[in-house]
Amino acid sequence: MTTNAQAVPTISQEELVQAIRSATEEVFTTMLNVAVTPGEVFVEKEEVEPSSGVVSLIGLAGSWVGSGSLACSAGCAAKIASALLMAPYTAIDDDVLDAVAEVTNMIIGNVKTALEVHLGAMGLSTPTVIYGRNFQTRSSGNQKWTVVPFTLEEDRMCVQVCIAPNDDSGKKTTRTGFPVPHLLRT
Amino acid sequence: MLDVLIVDDSAAIRKILQRVLRQTEVPIGTVYEAGDGVEALEKLRQQTIGLVLSDINMPNMDGLEFLTKMRAEEVWKSIPVLMVSTEGTQAKVLEAVERGASGYVRKPFTAEQIKEKLVGLI
Repeated sequence: MTTNAQAVPTISQEELVQAIRSATEEVFTTMLNVAVTPGEVFVEKEEVEPSSGVVSLIGLAGSWVGSGSLACSAGCAAKIASALLMAPYTAIDDDVLDAVAEVTNMIIGNVKTALEVHLGAMGLSTPTVIYGRNFQTRSSGNQKWTVVPFTLEEDRMCVQVCIAPNDDSGKKTTRTGFPVPHLLRT
Repeated sequence: MLDVLIVDDSAAIRKILQRVLRQTEVPIGTVYEAGDGVEALEKLRQQTIGLVLSDINMPNMDGLEFLTKMRAEEVWKSIPVLMVSTEGTQAKVLEAVERGASGYVRKPFTAEQIKEKLVGLI
């Protein structure tokens, strides 16, 4: 029996995790002069409780589609901005949100570059940053979030990506979204 | 003195690049900022710019379209343009060069990488 099916490009969970770790460590070391320590990787928990803090989201689109994000506490976001801009920030303001957005852009942009070797060209949206309390996230589709936690001094942040083949199936479902680090919960 | 235009939708990156420029031995005059390609073209019309640093992924008009429109104008053809972007694939770098980029630095970058590229451009 013969088949005309073409091999669908794919990527393993390990390759995705390695791309996230490598991009995050490079961005923090190069641009912030701060070391981050990766924690134990997990795939999206089923129940996500309301959370608080800063979440920065970027969309990926091409033959594979998905999103990448960085989530951290307000205090951690202020530390990221202080290191990036070499100025003291202690509370959330426009500079802090912009700094977190740009750090996310660099991380997910470099993850995208690593993924493109396997999955083909993809586009990257501009980041959207959310700061609030007691919020929940939702994702359309069925893909799972691969979550890589990092320790930044005594703070915890999560870099997470969900990506799946763009089968354009037209199924529109809404499901529980990605987890924000539990330390952020009020 | 060299007047510079920094084009990036991130105010954080504009600040960082401005700081790096001030650390170089190049005599920098006024540094103008734009958040996208549309604003950048407007600044080019208003000011006499000697160097452009531009991102690629931006709203309204991205860096590659900005570069194409800039190079289409005779008066702006010789201005050095250094692209500073997270886009790191060979294909994207080649596309930028084909559209008229004078140099390319991938984000994340060190101050030394930017300084090194600028020395070659100016």
